[in-house]
Amino acid sequence: MGKTLFDKVWDAHVVDTIENGPQVLYIDKHLIHEVTSPQAFQELEERGITIARPNQIIATADHNTPTIDQHLPIKDALSRKQLQQLTENCRKNNITLYDLGHKYNGIIHVIAPELGITQPGMTMVCGDSHTSTHGAFGTIAFGIGTSQVAQVFVSQCLLMQKPKKLRVNVNGKLPKNVLPKDVILYIISKLGTNSGTGYFCEYAGNVFEEMSMEGRMTVCNMSIEMGARGGMIAPDETTFNYIKGREFAPKGDNFDKKIAYWKTLKTDTDAVFDLEYSFDASDIEPMITYGTNPGMGIKISETIPEINNATFEKSLAYMGFNKGEQLLEKEINYVFIGSCTNSRIEDFRIAANYIKGKQKAANVTAWLVPGSQQVAKQITEEGLQEIFEEAGFKLRQPGCSACLAMNDDKIPEGEYCVSTSNRNFEGRQGQGSKTILASPLTAAATAIAGKIVNISKEIKEPELV
Amino acid sequence: MEKFITFTSTAIPLPTENVDTDQIIPARFLKATDKQGFGENVFRDWRFNKDGSTNNDFVLNNADFRGSILVAGNNFGCGSSREHAAWALSDYGFKVIISSFFADIFKGNALNNGLLPIQVSEDYLNELLTKTTENPSIELTIDLEQQILKTPVGKVSFKIDSYKKMCLINGYDDIDFLISKKEKIETFEAEINY
Repeated sequence: MGKTLFDKVWDAHVVDTIENGPQVLYIDKHLIHEVTSPQAFQELEERGITIARPNQIIATADHNTPTIDQHLPIKDALSRKQLQQLTENCRKNNITLYDLGHKYNGIIHVIAPELGITQPGMTMVCGDSHTSTHGAFGTIAFGIGTSQVAQVFVSQCLLMQKPKKLRVNVNGKLPKNVLPKDVILYIISKLGTNSGTGYFCEYAGNVFEEMSMEGRMTVCNMSIEMGARGGMIAPDETTFNYIKGREFAPKGDNFDKKIAYWKTLKTDTDAVFDLEYSFDASDIEPMITYGTNPGMGIKISETIPEINNATFEKSLAYMGFNKGEQLLEKEINYVFIGSCTNSRIEDFRIAANYIKGKQKAANVTAWLVPGSQQVAKQITEEGLQEIFEEAGFKLRQPGCSACLAMNDDKIPEGEYCVSTSNRNFEGRQGQGSKTILASPLTAAATAIAGKIVNISKEIKEPELV
Repeated sequence: MEKFITFTSTAIPLPTENVDTDQIIPARFLKATDKQGFGENVFRDWRFNKDGSTNNDFVLNNADFRGSILVAGNNFGCGSSREHAAWALSDYGFKVIISSFFADIFKGNALNNGLLPIQVSEDYLNELLTKTTENPSIELTIDLEQQILKTPVGKVSFKIDSYKKMCLINGYDDIDFLISKKEKIETFEAEINY
């Protein structure tokens, strides 16, 4: 029987197998940030153990950083202390840190791919559930808890049960103005938030093959929102072209050798999945969520389903929506374009292309937060910043920002926010805030109209500027 | 880690489904650099109203319900990988969570902190939620050695990875185990050819 892409990468990393128990899985790259690492460093210190492979760890500050005035000392004492702790821990343990203000600083899941750290066939972990993002490169990448961060610190390995295998196929032609974010929101709305639990997901079909790396990252990023530990897409020419020439990408002959190996990383035709779903691309529309988990999504033209269940009703009551109603035309005062899901250059190109020549609605406060310093630089160099500023938008500095609102970027209580982030949980963007997940195009259109609009009726095509 | 063998307690029913880790411990409380004190803010935005007053409708604020077992709706612990959720529940005093489904990362985090997640069938869970809601004084017993859960709904066996069970019973953690694999790991590294 053939092997899946997931099998090939997993099996190449098994160090040992415990009878009736987990396997010891070797980890190539360990990404860390300020929020989920301090207790792991503390654990090692208390036990007097040193870090096994500091050169396989990359650190950044992203979750708890301000997105304005990053050159000034951080006002919040606890946040300041958490960042100082990260700096101190990295210094003591010889770990590369892209600290606040560094030219490579940014959201960990944005910077690792753009620096060429993320490569096909690797295993990567981070104390963050959206580590699944890196699966876009044919990488086994998944989020871990802090105890596991400590385990990787001491051994460069993890104890893991091999997950089951799931494949989601999307074939056909996507309608105009349907973006990768819509594709993944559609999949999750069909399968539900726990459909992938216990599985690693492979996305296959012409829709993913034709996507840019940025689009593939958006899709894999949200695998965890259907419960899957990770998502993967087989590497191809698009992947190789993206990696080529990046800071930490293999160079010269070594790159060619790697490509020869990377080309073997695809699911064999006779491989078997434990579970498989297929969708028709032409059925997908711009998507939007109406509830308090990412599975509660509808096509923007649809109405909220009428389901009789206490949890469902509690969720609608929180959002202030009713069964059977549409979200179109709802007035929206907050828009957030950012997060590890949608803060890459392509997302800002799409938003700028739509916004060009228009004006932001007066009622809207819009936060545009690039995923990294490098994305911010590109935004300026490509002239997108001017487009945003002429339309009344202000760009902020890189970080996780209002996706989880650990810093000051909080949506006020009771306000709706059309957001390109990944979670619409109660209070996720600030206490009492109400999140509506959407694509960067729908978010941009909302900021211009001041209300939710159906983008597929608005413009012909999301051309790149 | 504290050893876990058998355990008896009354339970607290929380029938809400898809309880995510942002509800268990909101992000604004993740600024600490140690593991202590998260229990104070467990379910913070459900326990307290916006003005800081106590939400008397929430089960943890109902004096009738006491105990170290949480009986929770389907798909408990979904969302963020924050281990702070497991620390918060543990610090608050929970030792066992019973649900019909757990999110992967949460389940692992719980086990790594001596907090035992027990998965039961949906029917069993619904009946248990009803019974514990109607009668807060009923007691639930967990025998980890035998992998048995005993409640007024019935005696059922539950699954747990045998390695993890050994760790819980003996108070071991994965770090001890991984350190013992040092040589194998080094041999593996020397032979990497991908």
